[in-house]
Amino acid sequence: MPPAHWPPSLPGDVMTTTQADFRAALLDPERAVPDGLTDPAGQPTKRRFAVYRNNVTVALIDALRTGFPVLCKLLGDQNFDQLARVFARAHPPTSPLMMHYGAALPAFLDGFEPLARIGYLPDIARLELALRHAYHAADSTPLDAARLGALPPEVLMQTRLHLSPAVQLVHSRWPIHDIWCYNTRAGAQKPRSIAQPVLVTRAKFDPEPHALTPAQAAWIQAIIDGATLENAVDAATAIDANFDLGPLLTLLIQHNALTDITTPKD
Amino acid sequence: MSKTMKSVAIVGAVAAAMTAHSATTAEAAGKEKCYGISLAGENDCAAGPGTTCAGTSTVDYQGNAWTLVDAGTCAEIDLPAMADGTPRTGSLEELNRDLPSA
Repeated sequence: MPPAHWPPSLPGDVMTTTQADFRAALLDPERAVPDGLTDPAGQPTKRRFAVYRNNVTVALIDALRTGFPVLCKLLGDQNFDQLARVFARAHPPTSPLMMHYGAALPAFLDGFEPLARIGYLPDIARLELALRHAYHAADSTPLDAARLGALPPEVLMQTRLHLSPAVQLVHSRWPIHDIWCYNTRAGAQKPRSIAQPVLVTRAKFDPEPHALTPAQAAWIQAIIDGATLENAVDAATAIDANFDLGPLLTLLIQHNALTDITTPKD
Repeated sequence: MSKTMKSVAIVGAVAAAMTAHSATTAEAAGKEKCYGISLAGENDCAAGPGTTCAGTSTVDYQGNAWTLVDAGTCAEIDLPAMADGTPRTGSLEELNRDLPSA
């Protein structure tokens, strides 16, 4: 039976300081072991804390490896682990849902000097996050495409499209789709030297990346921003005068990426 | 682009997309989960960290790990024979063979 004074009552501010110290020391090996940590025999627990500190970091590195397999392959295990260690200590999880861990990695890579010469890394990280978000996004019911086909031209022009929550758009001036495929699929072609934004869809259970042209990406971005079909086409033709909506719309319908439409009368 | 031209282009795109859609609806469902064909650590799963499935198979051709393959090809994928010489095939159901030792 625990002693009558268990758990020890501490004033709130002491408790807060202790937790803050503990957390800070956990993420910074240069920091001293926080005061007041003892083992069951009442002895100071320097080494126990060091083991725990190491386990926390290694577990976060493992999580990042799982979450960014292509980034890990591009950098090699050792380089990736070094990056992951620095990142994990600067950006510990902010949520207990580890499946979303690493959301801050692309922005971190943008400003990470040692890897600045490999310009496409941040966008590869964005793509890997987008695939994960698509996987965990809510289910949705696909649009019956006949509803689009039934609209008269003048109404169609002013119609807005709703995308499935699983749909993700990753802008990039690098061939990130080619790079991703080259590192995940046997027999994929070598990355071409082109700008390749990526659209992620999830027709059923698994996300799938599709390479877009910059004009197609501009169209999708306009649709995401709530533009009408007419204005979205304007945004795309501003980038490429020969923009053809057909293939992109086909892709969206085939991959269950559209869920609903809003016509001007609605 | 004039308004009329744009209208024609958008109507044309919708028509093209719907034609393409009806032509390929059958093959859109063309992937299935195939158990027992993945190499160790290479089973498919896009769920990320903190989940239990990503790259977790620990032996080659593990019977309860799956990979997405084109529908209809699962049982035809060439695999090396088992240690005792019996043929090894993929399956649409979980298998009891090649499980990691507990």
